Amino acid sequence: MEGELALPRRNGELVFAAPWEGRAFGIAVALNEGGVYQWRDFQRRLAEEIAAASSDEEGSAYYERWLASLENLLLEHGMVTREELDARTSAYESGELDD
Amino acid sequence: MSDNHNHGGEHHPDPLSYAEARTKAIESLLIEKGLLSTDAIDARVQAYEQDIGPLNGARVVARAWTDEGYRKRLLSDGTSAIGEMGFFGAQGAEIVVLENTPETHNVVVCTLCSCYPWPVLGLPPRWYKSDAYRARVVIEPRAVLEEFGLVLHESVEVRVWDSNSDIRYMVLPERPEGTEGMGEDELTSLVTRDSMVGVSKAKSPALTT
Repeated sequence: MEGELALPRRNGELVFAAPWEGRAFGIAVALNEGGVYQWRDFQRRLAEEIAAASSDEEGSAYYERWLASLENLLLEHGMVTREELDARTSAYESGELDD
Repeated sequence: MSDNHNHGGEHHPDPLSYAEARTKAIESLLIEKGLLSTDAIDARVQAYEQDIGPLNGARVVARAWTDEGYRKRLLSDGTSAIGEMGFFGAQGAEIVVLENTPETHNVVVCTLCSCYPWPVLGLPPRWYKSDAYRARVVIEPRAVLEEFGLVLHESVEVRVWDSNSDIRYMVLPERPEGTEGMGEDELTSLVTRDSMVGVSKAKSPALTT
């Protein structure tokens, strides 16, 4: 992974600014290793998300783009539906679901 | 750990951000559907958090070990030679590369703050920014290196280099023994961040799996 597709690193090691970033990262990698999709399919979507966004030198929005790429890939593969994803997201946002 | 969590009584966590909630939604749905396990996700996160190091610098070192012309360019003009590899952006500072040899061991510090050759090494580790390292490595470098597990023969000259806003130093560690047949990619995996700061040597191939 090179350039803007490279993962943000800090201290020379990969770090996640918040736990959800690590989870989003781990989900995408684990699904790929499980053979669900090719990594280049994920990378292409990520490249598109990054190209569509404005410049972000600190990488703060990087995992938001990562998350959007993951979601689109899951929807395209029919692994989740937008309806159930929206409903579950709302449940977490409202506190109805707590971990 | 229990200090940070109160599992008794009422639990009113801050509302989750959209990204947090969306990630939890994706993870929980995939697990319910049997498409992923928590363990599989944990394993990937851990591997990438812990195992992936400062690759840019490692590639520079491995190139220098295998390409004599590159090594010479690297030592005479580090900024340009590192630029050849596509790594730029030391905030306008020069990168000077110091070669460790059997006779001379170089170690880098920034006594004033935490100047660091971040295009090749990323941002500095916590210990590099610590008061203790910055103050002590100048005064008693051998003792500090020993605390990192590096014991140098008394015949080896230790040189301490103080980085600043104009010059950032990076160490070219010695190529380990037993690596004669190795190519650049294999060699890259032996080059640690600490070896490029000068607080350790490159890994020995016998010690890697």
